Amino acid sequence: MSVEKHHSANHETEPVADPGLPEHEPRPTDVDEHAEKRAERQVAMLFGLSTVFTLLFCVSYFVFKVGDEPSVIAGLGASNAALGAFLGLALLCIGIGIIQWARKLMGDHEIMEFRHPGGSSQEDREDTVRILALGAEESGIARRPLIRNSLFGAMGALGLVAIIPLRDLGPLPGDKLFHTIWKKGMRVVQDVDGTPIRPADMEIGQLINGEPEIFYEEDADGEPLIEGAELQKQKAKAAVIIVKMQPDDIKASKDRENWGVNGVLCFSKICTHVGCPISLWEQQTHHLLCPCHQSTFDLADNGRVIFGPAARAVPQLPLAVDDEGYLVATRDFTEPVGPSFWERG
Amino acid sequence: MSAIAKSNSTTAAKASKPSKAGAAAEWADDRLGLAGLAKKNLRKVFPDHWSFMLGEIALWSFVVLLLTGVFLTLWFRPSMVEVVYDGSYDQLRGIHMSEAYASSLDISFDVRAGLLMRQVHHWAAMIFVAAMMIHLLRVYFTGAFRKPRELNWVIGSLLLLLGTLEGFTGYSLPDDLLSGTGIRAADGFMKSMPVVGTYMSFFLFGGEFPGESIIPRLFTIHVLLIPGLLLALIAAHMLLLVYHKHTQWPGPGRTEQNVVGFPMLPVYMAKAGGFFFIVFGVLSLMGGLMSINPVWRFGPYVPAEVTAGSQPDWYMGWPDGALRIMPNLETHIWGITLSWNVFLPIIVLPGLMFTILMMLPFIEGWITQDKREHHLLQRPRNAPTRTAVMVALMTFYGLMWAAGGNDIIAIKMHLSINQITYFMRAAVFIGPVIAFVIARRWCISLQRHDNEVLLHGSESGVIMRDAQGGYSEKHLPLTPARAYTLTSRDRDEVFVPESEADGNGVESPTARKDKFRAKLSAYWYGSNVQKPTRAELEEGHHHAEIEHEHEIPLEGHAADGHQFDGRHDVSGDELSTKH
Repeated sequence: MSVEKHHSANHETEPVADPGLPEHEPRPTDVDEHAEKRAERQVAMLFGLSTVFTLLFCVSYFVFKVGDEPSVIAGLGASNAALGAFLGLALLCIGIGIIQWARKLMGDHEIMEFRHPGGSSQEDREDTVRILALGAEESGIARRPLIRNSLFGAMGALGLVAIIPLRDLGPLPGDKLFHTIWKKGMRVVQDVDGTPIRPADMEIGQLINGEPEIFYEEDADGEPLIEGAELQKQKAKAAVIIVKMQPDDIKASKDRENWGVNGVLCFSKICTHVGCPISLWEQQTHHLLCPCHQSTFDLADNGRVIFGPAARAVPQLPLAVDDEGYLVATRDFTEPVGPSFWERG
Repeated sequence: MSAIAKSNSTTAAKASKPSKAGAAAEWADDRLGLAGLAKKNLRKVFPDHWSFMLGEIALWSFVVLLLTGVFLTLWFRPSMVEVVYDGSYDQLRGIHMSEAYASSLDISFDVRAGLLMRQVHHWAAMIFVAAMMIHLLRVYFTGAFRKPRELNWVIGSLLLLLGTLEGFTGYSLPDDLLSGTGIRAADGFMKSMPVVGTYMSFFLFGGEFPGESIIPRLFTIHVLLIPGLLLALIAAHMLLLVYHKHTQWPGPGRTEQNVVGFPMLPVYMAKAGGFFFIVFGVLSLMGGLMSINPVWRFGPYVPAEVTAGSQPDWYMGWPDGALRIMPNLETHIWGITLSWNVFLPIIVLPGLMFTILMMLPFIEGWITQDKREHHLLQRPRNAPTRTAVMVALMTFYGLMWAAGGNDIIAIKMHLSINQITYFMRAAVFIGPVIAFVIARRWCISLQRHDNEVLLHGSESGVIMRDAQGGYSEKHLPLTPARAYTLTSRDRDEVFVPESEADGNGVESPTARKDKFRAKLSAYWYGSNVQKPTRAELEEGHHHAEIEHEHEIPLEGHAADGHQFDGRHDVSGDELSTKH
């Protein structure tokens, strides 16, 4: 029964005649008064139960405590669980009640309606076209191109009003993405409490989350130098990780040979893929894995990408030690940190 | 048997004496004149089928989102100003955080019913998007998108897109560590866009990431801009539904020209209205008893911190999967950077997939050149290629989605994340092809089975042994209603181009296009099984009758097993006890 075979025989009558709408079969509730009464009681009982649950909801609202010492039942926050359960039951009882009412008691005669074609009649269409033409004629929009075109021009120009005032949504990028707050001599400190780091205190394989010391510095009045949104902004670029490896394991490229201190290296913590902070460190292999999209970087090999969607090595921060033996940066990152962008080069 | 219940009475309701309500209605109608409209629509017919409920789930979830969302705005403070938390949640007291996060904690711990509303809101969002997708699949698989409903398909697709964006913006508002990481990634996505990326990022964030503007801006988008668009589009979606009248499944008395079902007032209104309470009730139970997005466990957003296993909400999973399995391509040329590894999977791919989705009715219409209106639904099997297309798309989606959980799969199943990723890179291309072929053949087999049943009756499970010792299965004839339902479908017509050259040998200007279309159309319908003709059906029945004659000696006699074959009434027959 292939398509081709039947293509010609298309206008044959349907193989099975339409038996027409089936007879309406009465439901038990239509013919049995007891069934009808029972259904009526069921529906009313569901609505009654709903009222009870609503009242229980209200009672729970006032009875169960939230806040410092919330009431707990069976490990669940009592307030939330009770409110949710009673509200849910109150609503379900109404819903089930109404549907039970519709199914058992409301008229269940299916009725039939005729469809009409989606489009308007040809006459209506022609009339509309005539009216539109009349409008064009009376307004003269077709005959007076000067007016028409200058209006279109004006409307188009008005579009600028929708765009230009949005200019102040934000500043232009400038070179902001190319720099971080790191600079020569700035100490690398632990991000937990801001204590400086001595390379000798680190163990082989250890990883420390670091930040520039300036985040913890205070001015003369004891106020932080950087705080709030500015701090978040700087953190988003300046966060680093400090790792200590066997110096022999490190395969630093030529220009990076003096970027570490006794096997201690410092890398940007911001993934070069889309900017998640990278945090999963495998001591044995010197691999660093980003938890967002699993880009993996080899920190012993200049932060090279060895797996995943990131395309660029994670930038390295050149290190040295200061007079007191603490880790400091010798300069800012040599390339922009974080995700790629068009102007990056 | 007592009389038919009053509600099924056949006499029309008569207008009674003017009552107070009547007077009020008259007052209103004098000014609004709605009676004419109401008369036409209050008894509008809606056909009944469980699958027509899926869109309703989406609609009612949206209503729940509006209700719970308004509640949440009364306490939520969309501000990134840094505050020190001193609310009820002990573990975070004294910690610096944004006001947005602090107020999310307040809603969760210090506002009674606040956590419930938050959780119901979040569950409703998950269900909203899920219900839209399943509704979309229903509409596609049954061919309900065909003329005249193509534009409603487009509106529905836009609703899905907007719903997804709405979900993402809402997910971002609490400014916890997880959602902040999501915004951080979104910043990376934007920056990958050629030429404008950096500017888009700086304009959206009001400067460098994260800045102080993103939460208030997302808030406005989340509570004003997108909900407004959603409301308008939902209204258009429903208006078109009413205008076109709902599609219906074929069956006795149901044709392309009519619609059979229950009237809106009272039955359909009661069922749909009751269903709202059921959806709301289930969502309330979920919000009360199932924890979702416990933002207090994640802590405030700090750009230098992240949690392992960070996953977006489920509907953002598939582009995230594409992002994970994309090879790390990046071009550095002429002083610019093109970040294919981000731009392709997260900006281009979703846009492309969405365009394909929206175009599906138009692609099919172009191939088949079917210009008729369709109001009878098709079973998925009766449109094998169409069904296979969606199954392929679903497979692509599913594999991408699984790739978005590659770390979870690796941990739970003790597999290498690298190998999963390599596997997925190939699977997202090969999988859909395999799924397409299987689905198409499967549909065709089901069509064959339908014809078998039509021609020979349905299988009874009764095995007969004849005098020669051969075995055969008894087939039962179909009821006329079932036979009609099975044959109530169009014969597929392969597009045949008009003769290529006209009488004067001038080639038709569309000849090449038509040839291509004819090829596609032949493939689209090519292997479909058409319903039998009347002659074939009669021949099949005749054959069955001949077979039936062999059984005549059995008629009227009790025979083990025959009490089940329905050929004759067995009540009163004694079954043999001998063997």
